[in-house]
Amino acid sequence: MTVPSARRRGSAWLNDERTRAFLFQALIFGAVIAVLTYLGHDATVNLRQQGISFGFGFLEHEAGFEISPALIPYTPAGSYTYAMLVGLLNTLMVAAIGVVFATAIGLLVGLLRLSGNWLIGRLALGYVELMRNTPLVLQLFVWWNVLRISAPGPRAAWQVIPGVFVSNRGVALPVPAYDPGFRWVLMALVAGILAAMGLAYWARRRQERTGQPFPTAGVALALIVLPPAAVFVALGAPFHLDMPKLGAFNFRGGVTVTPEFAALVVGLVVYTAAFIGEIVRGGIQAVSRGQSEAALALGLKRRHVLRLVVLPQAVRTMIPPLTNEYLNLAKNSTLAVAIGFADYFSVTNTILNQTGHAIEAMTLVAAVYLSLSLSLSLLMNLYNRHVALVER
Amino acid sequence: MTDIAQPAPAGPLPQAYRWLRANLFGTPLSAALTLLVLYALIRLVPPLFDWAIVKATWTAPNEQACAAKGGACWAFITTWYRFILFGRYPYAEQWRPAAVVLLLILLLLASCDRRLWGRALAVAWVAGVIAVFVLMGGGVLGLSPVDTDLWNGLPLALILAVGGLALSFPLALALALGRRSQLRGIRAFSVAYIEFFRGLPFITVLFMAAHMVPLFLPPGMTTALLWRIEVAFVLFLAAYLAEAVRGGLQAIPRGQYEAASSLGLGYWRQMRLIILPQALRIAIPPLVGTFIGAFKDTALVSFVGLFDLLQDVAVGTNDPGWRSSYVEGYAFVAAIYFVFCYAMSRYSRSLEARR
Repeated sequence: MTVPSARRRGSAWLNDERTRAFLFQALIFGAVIAVLTYLGHDATVNLRQQGISFGFGFLEHEAGFEISPALIPYTPAGSYTYAMLVGLLNTLMVAAIGVVFATAIGLLVGLLRLSGNWLIGRLALGYVELMRNTPLVLQLFVWWNVLRISAPGPRAAWQVIPGVFVSNRGVALPVPAYDPGFRWVLMALVAGILAAMGLAYWARRRQERTGQPFPTAGVALALIVLPPAAVFVALGAPFHLDMPKLGAFNFRGGVTVTPEFAALVVGLVVYTAAFIGEIVRGGIQAVSRGQSEAALALGLKRRHVLRLVVLPQAVRTMIPPLTNEYLNLAKNSTLAVAIGFADYFSVTNTILNQTGHAIEAMTLVAAVYLSLSLSLSLLMNLYNRHVALVER
Repeated sequence: MTDIAQPAPAGPLPQAYRWLRANLFGTPLSAALTLLVLYALIRLVPPLFDWAIVKATWTAPNEQACAAKGGACWAFITTWYRFILFGRYPYAEQWRPAAVVLLLILLLLASCDRRLWGRALAVAWVAGVIAVFVLMGGGVLGLSPVDTDLWNGLPLALILAVGGLALSFPLALALALGRRSQLRGIRAFSVAYIEFFRGLPFITVLFMAAHMVPLFLPPGMTTALLWRIEVAFVLFLAAYLAEAVRGGLQAIPRGQYEAASSLGLGYWRQMRLIILPQALRIAIPPLVGTFIGAFKDTALVSFVGLFDLLQDVAVGTNDPGWRSSYVEGYAFVAAIYFVFCYAMSRYSRSLEARR
């Protein structure tokens, strides 16, 4: 082995590692800045030629278009900024509902995939493969067309489960009616949850100190369920559902969501649940069998093996990809633009088409989705650093 | 473990019985679920079969003629399949996009075989890409020129995805190495690039390419929409591929880097000879996964004005004779996507199993 040390003397300065590192980086950054300056120059010339003035002043102008549904009171007389806020709230609503349902269904799908029942395992696999191997936008089109074109009019609406009606006007759902007495039940529930949290904290401390276990799960459940139930009965059951009923032309009562909203949420949930199901399955399978065998050998009961040994390790591997999947769901909600649901992206896109301020509108789109993803991504990286196995 | 002592089952019937007991009727809950699922299948499958096969119409002038039999109107597909697959490409010349599709599928298949990986395959890819452009665009070898606006349907999807993969890969390698580099400036730049594109929904990147990029081009210069969208694919895909490669790089034990250094190899030779060959091999399954995602994302380009498979179906169902044939159209497109994506995911899984 000959080490080329003689060469180092010739131009020592240029061969110094630090100089080279500096020059290399300066070169790359110089190139990036040059390209950006050039593009910026082009943009100013182009904008001047097209007679568009750059700036965000247009956001104060009147929007002039309808947005439905809107979570906060909105009229077309509102400003563009306000319209974008309405759209942003719609995006967050879709993402929040989607994440909750996709997690629940995904968990179920993952467990079904692992079930010992051959038929059910196969069926779950078929579902997962169908969802994962076709484009989401195609699935959204199918749901949307089913709801808009294939679904019957309100008079012949499909009653999927009692009280839920699907027609070409949308999906009518029952909602809990507001009842003044119900607020006491809610307060009892909150008090019960707080008491249960305190109990869990106390039981853990006592077990750490004395080694004495406490039946936390059962007592906590009782603390959460019993007080609200008692208040509920004491007040004479102040709860009823506001059921949708067929009116002259459409459903009255309950809540009717638009076909666009229903198609978007159902499509996103059904699609994302397939991915989450695979994450759940992979996470549980990734815990080696030796772990549960060792736990059994230590004398732990079967349910304790799952809860104390397998699940904590499975969750460790599941959380990062799960966060990623939630992020994907939020990003995929922009496909609302394909079926005409007014989320943040479609509202901004409408504004772009009305005003022609492409650069400003797209900057605002990028800013919102980036801050959404980056904050989640940052959390995920911190968590990943926390749980990753450390090598030397 | 107690089964070991039992005598081996005699004949096929007890074996089948044992299988049924173990896999379908293991516990009361399992048995109940099996019966429930069987009931649902009996209620659902025969009507579906009726609709799709028994009562289906395979040739008809329009969907009104299909209505008589009451089943699926596959006549929509048999009438429109050329338009759905190749869009507005000149009808007499449609053997050219068909050849392109075949060529790209053959190249992808060849790339799946590990024994073929090498210089010959690289040369085949370069030649293949040139052939794709010659065949699609024409203008040479006596082929009539065809505008990129008319590159529609399935060849469009394959060109966007495969071209995006091939062109973004060098960029992805640079970004992955940059993210793991000792140089702070380079690392910061790579992280910023990757997180920027990974943080954006793809459809917004497409909209930027369609609406915003023309403003940044030199005044008077125009580019075909297809190339702007292809660049969007390349830039977007590079961020995701870089993360897949980074995963491979992270899986290489530090001892490999140290051993390569102690052999006197410089950074680039270390990467080229020792690290990347191992890292890329590990990164293949996530790379294939990213490619499947990119292929599915080609279904989004209709929203910026390109004629992909979905847009072609929309054109077909705009015809007064086929207004409600979207079910058959979507089923056809879904089947095409499914065949490609399922084959690729099976391939990726077989690689993982071999490791």
